[in-house]
Amino acid sequence: MGELRIQGLTAAVAGRQILNGVDLVVKSGEVHAVMGPNGAGKSTLSHVLMGKPGYTVTGGSVMIDGVDLLALPTYERAKAGLFLAMQYPVEVPGVSLEELLTEALSAQGRDASVVHTAVAAEAERIGLATRLLDRPVNVDLSGGEKKRNETMQLAVLRPKFAILDELDSGLDVDALRACSRRVEAATTEFDLGVLAITHYSRLLEELKPDVVHVLAQGRIVSSGGPELADELERTGYAEWVEEEAPAPAADPFADPFADPFA
Amino acid sequence: MSSPQWLVDRRSAAAQTGEFVMPSTDEEVWRYSRVADLQLTDWTVVSDRSEGVPAEAATLLESLGHLAGAVVVRNGAVVASRVDDALAAKGVYVGSIVDGPDAESALGVVADGGPDVFGRLNDANFLDGVLVHVPAGVTVDAPVAIIDWIDIEGAAVYPRLVVRVGADADVRVLDWHGSTDVAAFIAPLVELDVDRAGRLSYGNVQLRGPRVWQIASQVSRVRNDGTLTSSHAGLGCDYGRMRTDCRLVGRGATGNLSAVYFGHDSQTLDFRTFQKHDAPDTNSNLLFKGAVGGHSRSVYTGLIRVEKEARGTNAFQTNRNLKLSDTAWAESVPNLEIETNDVKCSHASTVGPVDEEQVFYLESRGVPTEIAERLIVAGFFDEVLEEFPVAAAVPLIAAAIDERLDAGVN
Repeated sequence: MGELRIQGLTAAVAGRQILNGVDLVVKSGEVHAVMGPNGAGKSTLSHVLMGKPGYTVTGGSVMIDGVDLLALPTYERAKAGLFLAMQYPVEVPGVSLEELLTEALSAQGRDASVVHTAVAAEAERIGLATRLLDRPVNVDLSGGEKKRNETMQLAVLRPKFAILDELDSGLDVDALRACSRRVEAATTEFDLGVLAITHYSRLLEELKPDVVHVLAQGRIVSSGGPELADELERTGYAEWVEEEAPAPAADPFADPFADPFA
Repeated sequence: MSSPQWLVDRRSAAAQTGEFVMPSTDEEVWRYSRVADLQLTDWTVVSDRSEGVPAEAATLLESLGHLAGAVVVRNGAVVASRVDDALAAKGVYVGSIVDGPDAESALGVVADGGPDVFGRLNDANFLDGVLVHVPAGVTVDAPVAIIDWIDIEGAAVYPRLVVRVGADADVRVLDWHGSTDVAAFIAPLVELDVDRAGRLSYGNVQLRGPRVWQIASQVSRVRNDGTLTSSHAGLGCDYGRMRTDCRLVGRGATGNLSAVYFGHDSQTLDFRTFQKHDAPDTNSNLLFKGAVGGHSRSVYTGLIRVEKEARGTNAFQTNRNLKLSDTAWAESVPNLEIETNDVKCSHASTVGPVDEEQVFYLESRGVPTEIAERLIVAGFFDEVLEEFPVAAAVPLIAAAIDERLDAGVN
């Protein structure tokens, strides 16, 4: 059994601290939901885990089965078993889905000859029309189609752990059900561990969380069972957003003429 | 083969129209060019006729599959030509201009001496011209290919091509510019003439050797309801320039202009385009996409000119550039001149590195950074290559692009 272990993770964007010490352990086959108000650092967490440019890790560690992810470039994090289903999947004109997945598998020393069949099978399973498979990656896909496409890639690549960054945003009920069911099935099919980052609990109707965490002001402030998601649905996040965020420490090298309200 | 008297007279008349004064980079259309480095006296005009089809040209022709007609031009001399018998019977001509129908009237009808001094030099110095003539109403199903090959060190060569498409006729032409690794100066002049409701798809591949200087000019004229689709792939040369003048002279005429270019090492690739709308309800659509790596430079300047008479015009111009290294440089200057209100016009131009978000997306799936960038750059050209007029040439262009990517572009 593998584990994704996040310890004391702190990170900054443009000099501003967003993550203030995140601790989380996800084991293979488990589903953890990370919920939180806007601005809590949910997307930052997903981007930092995958190594997106523009984020600076200032402390802590992230390991998959003992491999230090933070020391690796993004593509090697993928090789180590991490997958990020993006909130806004990027359009990549001129690059086909099969090309992408073939290169991804080959780079990991895996058999890429299965891509065509695997894509066809998974696309059918998740309800992604065959005609969309020949398009360049994500180009001219609707919000729902993009999310089905992300989930389909996840199923073809079979990572150890998947971060779902607001998988439930920008898609209709049918697509949401198809995507969350597919991920749920993957947790038993290939023992996928899931970190589902979401604002709403509707994702969790089909994708059953083992643990629900509340992320606020850049740290996990509460953890519990699935009932915590229901409670959040009723009460909202007011309890955790009342206190003001601490003002960032004064930067001694800051531009004295900068707009203080920028 | 000797030239007929009318051609001899025509050349000497062109030679006597005045001094051949080199342009100055003070002129907008030569700004950022390398014309100041050009010494015509460094190059010897080829006057002896080359013979025999070069092996490279033969291989190329073979790889293009079935062709309706083909011409091989070596150092300015037509060394081979053929056209399908069935087409010849319908009046289709593919070959040396002097033996073609209405030869005397075909030359200069569109270009009228060319847009600049290099057009006049071509008029005065071209050895053989090539004529592709498709009479009214004839559709040519397979492409016609011209292989323009240069293999003389130190030569100045002035290739000339006239494509004349009759009313309601339809043809695809591939004009392949190649060379061995010689230093040469080449100034091609291409005239494309599309009659009423005619359709010409013209693809030009410029894959000359790395020491070649080429200053090319393509002049076209499209009459009522005619359609010209002209696509260019600019990969070779030390300095490779192409000026495109597309004149839509008849109501409902359409000009689709596209190009891909990819500079590396210390190449300069230089493009000037003119979309000229002289008649009502005319349409032009331009898409030029380029990448620059190494120390290479690219220049794109384009002008859409809509005359007062050209009501109901649609004119679009897009130039996108990828800058693949810190030492590469791309200039993009779009322009509009519009004399009437009833038009739809737009222009867009961008210069920037490979999109970081796209790279991250591919990397997040496990694609190594270098391969991700490579996929994106190759994909960037797809939009143009998918529409390239002669499909059989696309794998050859893609292979040349891949070779460049393999060599590394930073």
